[in-house]
Amino acid sequence: MAFGAFANTGPDLSAAAPRRRSYIALILLLPGVVYLLATFVAPLISLVLTSFKEPGGDFEVGEYVYAFRWENYAEAIGRFGEIFLRTFGYSALATIFALLISYPLAYFIGVTLRRFPLWQSLTLILVIAPFFISFLLRTLALKAIFADEGAVVGALQAVGILGPDEYLNGTAFTVIFGLTYNYIPFMTLPIYASLERLDLRFVEAGGDLYAGPAQRFWRIILPLSLPGVVSGMLLTFIPASGDYVNASKEFLGSTSTVMAGNVINELFFQSFYPLSAAVSILLMVAILIPVVAYVAKSGSEDLL
Amino acid sequence: MSTQGAAVLAEAELAPRPEKRARSGRGGAGNWVVGIYSVIALLIMLVPIGYTIVFSFNDSRRSNIVWRGFTLDNWLNVCDDPRVCESFSNSILVGVSATLVATVLGTMIAIAIVRYTFRLRTLVTVLLFLPMATPEVVLGSGLGSQFVNMGVERGLWSIIVAHIMFCISFVVVTVRARVASLDPSLEEAGRDLYASPAQVFWRVTLPLLMPGIAAAALLCFALSFDDFIITNFVSGNAETFPKFVYVAAARGIPAQANVIASAVFILAIVIVVVAQLSAGARRRRLAKSS
Repeated sequence: MAFGAFANTGPDLSAAAPRRRSYIALILLLPGVVYLLATFVAPLISLVLTSFKEPGGDFEVGEYVYAFRWENYAEAIGRFGEIFLRTFGYSALATIFALLISYPLAYFIGVTLRRFPLWQSLTLILVIAPFFISFLLRTLALKAIFADEGAVVGALQAVGILGPDEYLNGTAFTVIFGLTYNYIPFMTLPIYASLERLDLRFVEAGGDLYAGPAQRFWRIILPLSLPGVVSGMLLTFIPASGDYVNASKEFLGSTSTVMAGNVINELFFQSFYPLSAAVSILLMVAILIPVVAYVAKSGSEDLL
Repeated sequence: MSTQGAAVLAEAELAPRPEKRARSGRGGAGNWVVGIYSVIALLIMLVPIGYTIVFSFNDSRRSNIVWRGFTLDNWLNVCDDPRVCESFSNSILVGVSATLVATVLGTMIAIAIVRYTFRLRTLVTVLLFLPMATPEVVLGSGLGSQFVNMGVERGLWSIIVAHIMFCISFVVVTVRARVASLDPSLEEAGRDLYASPAQVFWRVTLPLLMPGIAAAALLCFALSFDDFIITNFVSGNAETFPKFVYVAAARGIPAQANVIASAVFILAIVIVVVAQLSAGARRRRLAKSS
C-alpha cells in the first residue's frame, strides 16, 4: 500500500498466481534497483560524507576535502537550532489545520455523498485540482491575495483584527496558511480512502445501542478511520517540513520565517556544502523517527 | 505536487464503489453542517486557481500584479517572453524522457514483486519506500552534492536523472496494484493455446496491465512537470518551467506563465473528468448486464 497502508485496502492478492522463484526476477529487478542505488543511496552516502568535510588547504570558496569534522553538526545545531524548532512548529501546525479542514471534507465526500457516485467523483476531482496548477504559481496567487493593499488585508484592518500598519505577507500566518493549503489534498485523500470503506452498519449498531452522535464519532467512526488519519498526517508533515518555497521571502515568508529547507537551499547555493549537508542529514533523521515508528507498526510488506 | 502526495494519488481509488450502499447516517442536521463546511473549504481551495487563470487574461504589460483589463493577447502570443516557451519545452522534454525510463524500470520491478519470490525482498521494499518518505529537499541536496563531488556539469540530463529516481517508486506502487489484480487464468489460457512465453507477455499480460501503466506514466509526468524543489539542486544553468517561475518571482511573473499553467490545468481537468465519466458509464453498463 502506498505509504498510507490504509487499513485493508491493499490489492486483493487472492486472484494472483502463486509467487515463483526464478532468475527472471533478477533480470526484472536489477536495472531499477541499480538505478536507485546509484541515484538515491549513493547520494545519501555522499551527503553524509560531505557533511563531515572541512575547508581545503587554500581556503577557496566551495573547496572542501574529506575529513571527520563533527563540528559541522555542532555548528548546524548551534546556528540553526531555533530554525529547526520553527520548522517543526510550522509543519505541526499546518498538519493540524489540514486535519481540521480535511476530516469533515473527507467525511462529506466519503460518507455523505456515498449515494451519489457521480458527485463523489467530481468533488474528489475538486480536491486534487490544486495539483494540476503549478505549485509555484498557486503559491504566488496566495501572496497576491494576501497583498498589503489587497482586499483581505483591507477587510481585516477595517474590522480591527489587523492594526493599520500590520500586514499578512511575510508572517508566520501566511507561511502556515501556504503550507496548509498546498498539502491539504495529501491529508484529505487517505482519510477519504479510510472513510469511503467505513461500514455504516457499525455506526447504525452504535445508534441502536443508544450511542449519541458524539459517542458514535469518537468510539466508532474515528477509530475506524485512524489509519487514514495517521498516513495523512505523515504525508502532510514530511513535505511541509522540507518545503522551502512557502517560507522563502519571494513567496509567503520573510527573514523571520526561515525554515530548514531554506537554510539547506541557501547554504548549498553559497557553496557551503558541508554545512548544507549536515542540516539535510539532521532534517532527514528527525523525519525518519516518526516514519520508522510507523513502519515498525505496519510491517514492511504493507509499505508499497 | 510533492512526491509524498503522489503516493496517495498512486493508490487512492478515485472511483467510488457503489455496492456497499448502507443507509447513510441519520444525523440529518450534522450532515448539513458537514456539507456546508466542505463546500466552503472547497471554494476557498479553488480561489488561488481561479486567480491564476483570471490573471492569464490580464492586460498586464510589465508586472502581472494589478488587474489592468481583459485581453486575449497573452494566450495568442504565449512565446512573447521566449523564456516562458523555452522553459516549457524543456519541462516537456524532461517529463517525457523521465516518464519513459521510469515507467519501464518501475513496471519491471512491480511485476517482479508480485510474481516472484527473491532474497532481500524486505530490503528492496525499503529501498522503494524510502525515496517517498524522504523530504524532497534532502533528495535534491543529496543528488546535488553528489554531482558537485563528482565535478560534473549539471544540466537537463541531470534533471532527467533526478526525476527518474523519484518516479520509479510511484510507478511500482501504481502498476503493482494492477499486476496483483490480474487474473492468472487469462495467461494460462494463452499458454494452453500454444503461445510462447514471449507471446503471452506481449499479447496478454502487457495489454491487461496497460491501464495501470498509463496511470503511472501520467502520474510520473505530472510529478516531473511540477517539480521545483529537487530540480533546483540539480539543474545547473538549465531552466524548467517551475524554475523559470521561481527565478522570475523576484521581479514579476509574465502573464504568459499564467497562460501555460492555466492551459495545463484545463487539459488535466478535462482528461480526469472524461476518464471519470467514462469509468462511471462503464460501471453502469456492467451493472446492467450482470
